[in-house]
Amino acid sequence: MRKALFIVVALMLTIGLAACGSNKDNNGGNANSGTENTGNASTGGNANAGGNANAGGETVSGQVLAAGSTALQPLVEQVSKKFMEDAKYSGVTVQVQGGGSGTGLTQVQGGQVNIGNSDIFAEEKFVDADADKAKELVDHQVAVVAMAAVVNKSVTVDNLTKQQLVDIFTGKVKNWKEVGGQDEKITIINRPSSSGTRKTFEKYALGTKSEDVAGSIQEDASGTVKKYVTDTPGAIGYLALSYLDDTVKTVKYEGVEPKEENIVTGDYPIWAYEHMYTKGEPDAATKAFLDYMVSDEVQKSDVTELGYIPVGNMKVKRDAAGAIVK
Amino acid sequence: MEQPAVNDQPRVHQRTTRTIAKPHVMEEWVGKVFTTLCVTVLVVTIAAIVYFVASHGLATFITDGVSLSGLLSGLKWDPEGDIPLYGALPFIFGSFSTSLLAAIIAAPLGVCAAVFMTQIMPGLGKRVLQPVIELLAGIPSVVFGFVGLSIVVPFLRSVFPGQGIGIAAGAIVLSFMILPTITTIATDALSNLQRGLKEGSFALGATRWQTIYRIVIPTTLPSLLTGVVLGMSRAFGEALAVQMVIGNAPHIPHSLFESASTLTSVITLDMGNTITGSTHNNALWSLALILLAMTFIFVFIVRFLERRNNR
Repeated sequence: MRKALFIVVALMLTIGLAACGSNKDNNGGNANSGTENTGNASTGGNANAGGNANAGGETVSGQVLAAGSTALQPLVEQVSKKFMEDAKYSGVTVQVQGGGSGTGLTQVQGGQVNIGNSDIFAEEKFVDADADKAKELVDHQVAVVAMAAVVNKSVTVDNLTKQQLVDIFTGKVKNWKEVGGQDEKITIINRPSSSGTRKTFEKYALGTKSEDVAGSIQEDASGTVKKYVTDTPGAIGYLALSYLDDTVKTVKYEGVEPKEENIVTGDYPIWAYEHMYTKGEPDAATKAFLDYMVSDEVQKSDVTELGYIPVGNMKVKRDAAGAIVK
Repeated sequence: MEQPAVNDQPRVHQRTTRTIAKPHVMEEWVGKVFTTLCVTVLVVTIAAIVYFVASHGLATFITDGVSLSGLLSGLKWDPEGDIPLYGALPFIFGSFSTSLLAAIIAAPLGVCAAVFMTQIMPGLGKRVLQPVIELLAGIPSVVFGFVGLSIVVPFLRSVFPGQGIGIAAGAIVLSFMILPTITTIATDALSNLQRGLKEGSFALGATRWQTIYRIVIPTTLPSLLTGVVLGMSRAFGEALAVQMVIGNAPHIPHSLFESASTLTSVITLDMGNTITGSTHNNALWSLALILLAMTFIFVFIVRFLERRNNR
């Protein structure tokens, strides 16, 4: 009996160690893949794999590892499943991990992953001493996500101006009656200061940084934010459009409703790109996946289905500084 | 485990006469190598974790120029501000107050449950109450957090002023999470108590309650405290459940029902969103280092109590 136990434990350890080892190999392979394409492609192990590396994109093989933003993760996961089922790309394995925008950008910059998912521009994350690091990364914008200010159903206000939002989120206004609502204390449901969602909201809705007001609530997960807004009387928060439903009340911004037709024209300004960054130009397998991501097949079904707006629909464009370019 | 080995003895003897004791050599060798391997893996892993946390955590002070006293005593945490500020006192305060309050709530519950299970109704207690309490240990912390969010927070909101979130909500959720730790250790301590002590007390005419609070509790007090300290250290390190109900505003609250933060909640909220190597990220590792140091202190206290118990 003891022997059997030994064998089981030993086996588990061996498998565990082997998995660690092969993982390292993968990372090594990925790190080099920028320079050595064929090395990555041949891991497919097919008889014709050698011929495929440069063969005009008929079939590609290899491994793609994407990590980062949890807001973008559901989309990338869904698309990666469809991608791997497609016979054309049968040789490619795509793995998707979360971890947050910061992790995604750090890891793609360090070469541990092929794609770094991020809610904000790399230039906004890599600042000061790290500013050069953003230049090595190539941006692939795959979708647009819009946000709206939401309030608890008890709140009678249905429109807020930019100035009113600033006053609320910096703690100057503490009661709904000061912005034309009922007599009730405002409870702010904010995101943590490092959150990409908060940065987007601050940049495009407030135009200034919000304060961590005493008594305010901070949550990172959209589901938790929504639950707090639903349950707390007098609460205000902000959510991506895909999270909106009847349990919370959506507020207009400067009189403009957060709807796709207002967003694509730029009339409603609280939106941001979802980015998939690669370090330098992507290798064949990664490029195939990124191309698939922006193809009509994905943009018209999965992207809209999950509440994002296809990049192609946007009539305006933005650069990293937030300026609108036509 | 020993029993089958004894039964095997005759068979082993027969085999050894034929193969000249070789299996024993192999067994010894395999056992030795395997144990050494496991211990090495364990030690290396622990050392690597400590090194990793320390190297990141100390970088805040060495390369980023944040002062240690500023981190420990600063009241304002604003790493993304125009002038970044790294004052972690609100988090340290939050961690201590939630885990202390959780221990204050859970200790009487756990000890009374243990007394019930060992002294009052051993049959029913061991058969029904113990499995129920131990069941709590297997519930994932996100479930505790969600229950806290759906039941504790609305309840506190309707009874007390404020929004229901805060240290009180965190402490209540934590107290249920650490209850199994405290109860299990207290039950072991009470059932290991020498029978003679109790019987002597009864023989002198003491009632059951007099025996429990004059003899049983004082004799086992160090073990009971060990359980409470272990529970506190678990509460101190718990992240997700607390983060969901405490509110996470980086301020020292004015009441138990106002948004506050703990060391763990700020780490889980911000770690994934920050760039590795940035000052903000390193500052989070410094908080992790504080947590690690606190755990060492808790372990030290437990060791101290155990030594007193053995004396």
